Amino acid sequence: MARVVVDVMLKSEILDPQGEAVLGALPRLGVGDVASVRIGKRVEIEFDEHAQNIEEQSRVIADQLLANPVIENFTVSIEQGSTETGPVGAP
Amino acid sequence: MSARIGIVTFPGSLDDRDAARAVHLAGAEPVGLWHDDTALAGVDAVFLPGGFSYGDALRCGAIARFSQVMDSIKRAAGAGMPVVGVCNGFQVLCESHLLPGALVRNAHLRYRNRPARLRVETDRTAWTRLYEPGTEVVFPAKHGEGRYVADEATLDELERTGRVVFRYLDNPNGSMRDIAGVTNEAGNVVGLMPHPEHAVEALTGPSTDGLGVVASVLTHLSEGVSR
Repeated sequence: MARVVVDVMLKSEILDPQGEAVLGALPRLGVGDVASVRIGKRVEIEFDEHAQNIEEQSRVIADQLLANPVIENFTVSIEQGSTETGPVGAP
Repeated sequence: MSARIGIVTFPGSLDDRDAARAVHLAGAEPVGLWHDDTALAGVDAVFLPGGFSYGDALRCGAIARFSQVMDSIKRAAGAGMPVVGVCNGFQVLCESHLLPGALVRNAHLRYRNRPARLRVETDRTAWTRLYEPGTEVVFPAKHGEGRYVADEATLDELERTGRVVFRYLDNPNGSMRDIAGVTNEAGNVVGLMPHPEHAVEALTGPSTDGLGVVASVLTHLSEGVSR
């Protein structure tokens, strides 16, 4: 069974008000030396054991549904025969 | 016979009944369309109402794009049928790539509900042809994800080709270039965040300026343009 992780991030030129809000709260934690916080999504997908073309299908899922290419970028990482600590493929 | 305007109900739509009432008040016949209908019941135009389709899962409008009815609406829009999307309907049109750009969280992160003053920038769309360009209108706005964004090249293209349809006079959400609504190249598909269907009766709305949206499409249809 293959597990795929898709990370979706707002493009750098798109304002991330949630990240800004977190950044603004950090001094109250006593953390003062952070320059930027950006918030994205992590999506975990498990294919069944007979699945073929996992990378191709994952890219379709990420490009056409999980990310909106107008505002977001994504990376796809495939963990073959995955366990929690399995190796992470190149994005 | 009066024109038939289809109003789509997705799971989580809220404003479908108000849209139907606005269509009725403007003199057309509202026709309910269901999200997993493939047939459009012979309607002359489509209104995608506001709400929270599919609970806003993933991104607003992202799941509605894959509904059965949207396949039919995309085909009909490509053939020139007038389609308007308001609020969540605008988000669905952007996610469906029928309109450029995207709608993201308001810059101040707060849900904003109050009347919005807008300028109608163009009468060269199926849904605004009865408004004098430059007219000021007041439609209620109520959204948490209404900040219009697109890359600079797209924004320049929209400005250059007169496809910014509505512009905020007091930008409530941080939208780029104060854009409240846009249209496609053909002018038959329009999306906007504020709600013309809530501005059709003095008793419940801040104005009756919204009647002109449906009245415009009725004129458009009666002249047989792009039908």
